[in-house]
Amino acid sequence: MDLTYTEEEEAFRARLREWLAEVLPKVPPKPAAADWPGRRAYDAAWQRMLYDAGYAGLHWPVDAGGQGATPTQHLIYLEESEKAGAPYVGANFVGLLHAGPTIAAEGSAAQRARWLPPILRGDEIWCQGFSEPDAGSDLASLRTKAVRDGDDYVVSGSKIWTSHAEVADWCELLVRTDPEAPRHRGISWLAMPMDAPGVTVRPLRTLAGSAEFAEVFLDEVRVPAAHRVGAEHDGWRVTMVTLSFERGTAFVGEVVACRRVLGALARTARANGRWDDAVLRRRLGRLHAEFAALWRLTQWNVSEAQSIGGVPGSGGSVFKLRYSHARQELYDAAAEVLGAESLDADREWVADRLSALSYTIAAGTSQIQQNIVAERILGLPKGR
Amino acid sequence: MTGPVHFQLTDDQRALRDGTRELLVGRHDRDRLRGRGLPCSWGSPRSWGSPRSWGSPRSNEVESGGEVESGGEVESGGEAESGGGVESSGEVDDPALDRALWRELGDAGFFALRLPEAAGGVGLGLPEAVLVFEEAGRALLPGPLVAGQLLAGVVDGVAAGERIAGLCDAAADPVLWEHPAGCDEVVFLGEGTRGARGRTGEAYRSAAADVTCAPFASVDPLTPLARVTGRSRSTPLALDVPRLRREAALLTAAQQLGSAARTVEMAVAHARRREQFGAPIGSFQAVKHLCAQMLVRAELARSAVYAAAVTDDALDVAGAKLLADEAAVRNARDCVQVHGGMGFTWEADVHLHLKRAWLRAECWGTAREAEEALADALPG
Repeated sequence: MDLTYTEEEEAFRARLREWLAEVLPKVPPKPAAADWPGRRAYDAAWQRMLYDAGYAGLHWPVDAGGQGATPTQHLIYLEESEKAGAPYVGANFVGLLHAGPTIAAEGSAAQRARWLPPILRGDEIWCQGFSEPDAGSDLASLRTKAVRDGDDYVVSGSKIWTSHAEVADWCELLVRTDPEAPRHRGISWLAMPMDAPGVTVRPLRTLAGSAEFAEVFLDEVRVPAAHRVGAEHDGWRVTMVTLSFERGTAFVGEVVACRRVLGALARTARANGRWDDAVLRRRLGRLHAEFAALWRLTQWNVSEAQSIGGVPGSGGSVFKLRYSHARQELYDAAAEVLGAESLDADREWVADRLSALSYTIAAGTSQIQQNIVAERILGLPKGR
Repeated sequence: MTGPVHFQLTDDQRALRDGTRELLVGRHDRDRLRGRGLPCSWGSPRSWGSPRSWGSPRSNEVESGGEVESGGEVESGGEAESGGGVESSGEVDDPALDRALWRELGDAGFFALRLPEAAGGVGLGLPEAVLVFEEAGRALLPGPLVAGQLLAGVVDGVAAGERIAGLCDAAADPVLWEHPAGCDEVVFLGEGTRGARGRTGEAYRSAAADVTCAPFASVDPLTPLARVTGRSRSTPLALDVPRLRREAALLTAAQQLGSAARTVEMAVAHARRREQFGAPIGSFQAVKHLCAQMLVRAELARSAVYAAAVTDDALDVAGAKLLADEAAVRNARDCVQVHGGMGFTWEADVHLHLKRAWLRAECWGTAREAEEALADALPG
């Protein structure tokens, strides 16, 4: 057991720090939250800077155009980027963390050549069409249907919770290609152009007030069969490759950020007098231990992924369960530090308090995660 | 592409952990034959496997598959008599220390683990001590174990397990002494002053006979306690008291971790076996979710405890103790809950984990102290 980094890793960190210090002052100011075209341009420009400097697709395999970095180097990258205040992955999220790795793992040579380079350069933005109004936690019950017609599939149905749908060029879409088959075996994975006729995007306003995701209606949209990644009806397995990426290092930067917020809460509480409240102090002290441990758990999981040479397994569910809860606790503590100031929607941390509510829901609710932990890790029997 | 792996157990560390588990299992079986003493069902070392290998889905299948057969049988060994499939103990009414066991632990290097080889020790470090103490916590091994580890090389005969020393926190109120009848000597860690990085203070050594006590009815049936009311003829010791306090907290946290991990296994084993409404109760989500949260607590505590063993930093230790205390206490409570009515009986071992966890949570840094120290350390 060791928590020190190798010379090579420290050299990687030093080069990265130097580069971040050099380029971050040149990054333009962040656009307003509601300015979607502006946000796309901003996120794409940052991705292009990463690409030009050789940091794009750090954790992707080299033969997919990535850098083939180790999980530890990826961890260092995410940690240093957060500490330096670099832009987030933003609109490039689905391309870099879901669709891209799926195409890299399951796509044909032609598909990889067509779709991967534009993702790495920030030229094309992807969104995700998985969930449906009647298929959330029970994703395999999805009903959007794709019927083969010559060289195309004709797709009809609706998708929901699709982030960045308004500015995306492509959608990684799960469709039912065989309605008769057992539900996990009749699904296919398609890359759908968002400008195809029959695609309608309706933004959904979140409880935080912003339109972070959308509903996508599909009315006889023609998608070339050549855009199917993996075999027909094999889309469920293809998708599970993607989902394990999502539960890997997705929260590294956020844990670093939460630790910084905790320090800022302590400073604010000392300044506004609430620090005298022992209950609040102890609450912040406990969160200090909690986030320190979550950081160690991240390091442990990354080391494990590195030692078994694969993507993180169900251990990611253990992390997500605790982290999503801790994040909500953090911003509830923020509200206690702020007092009635927490009712000011423009005040720092208030929007974060609202968005934290999504963490126990998105990417597998806490209840589903607990089922996963109980059944796949602890070996408890399936049931209800 | 694969670089060195940092924050994982090394092969040697795994071997040490497994060896310790086997030693304690073998010892337990002999004690059970003699019908005395150690009350816990240690189970087979292979009945569960490495908790950290749970991360890989492939090994999960193998392990959980294997557990149904081998672990299930081991666990249910004494079931016929006790009914209900609950792990149960022999007698717990004679908590006197077993000196033969103590010498055996000494021979195995349990106490001399961190002494240099030149001094007859094993020459290992804090992470290894933590792994060994985690196993002790799993096994509910009774006795002043932390004292033995910290006073090896300080008090003659302790390293070999020939003499038994106690370690008391003289800054606590009340000052409690574990296993007073079993100790030959006691070392008191003095009051001192409390700073941001823990207490500083002095250490004193007394013969057991020179310590005066009032009786104290210990809530943990396996850890007799006395309330220290005074001591005559104590000798000052030149010891690094902040270091001893820090290590005592860490080794206590390691035992809490072992207990927390063990109660997850006990709850899961029971939930797989016990049937109601025609199905194992572990197939019901209400029970599943209790068990899942138990594992989450144990694994978060594990990361914190192992990291603190590597950094040996006072604040890391405080955080690790806080999370390990919580994991041990809450997991034991949830384990009682999963066991239902049987969980509320003396016969089931669960209460022993809970009571020991309560006791350890009060030793070498309470939640209040840890939380205040951690709050103080936030940048400001």
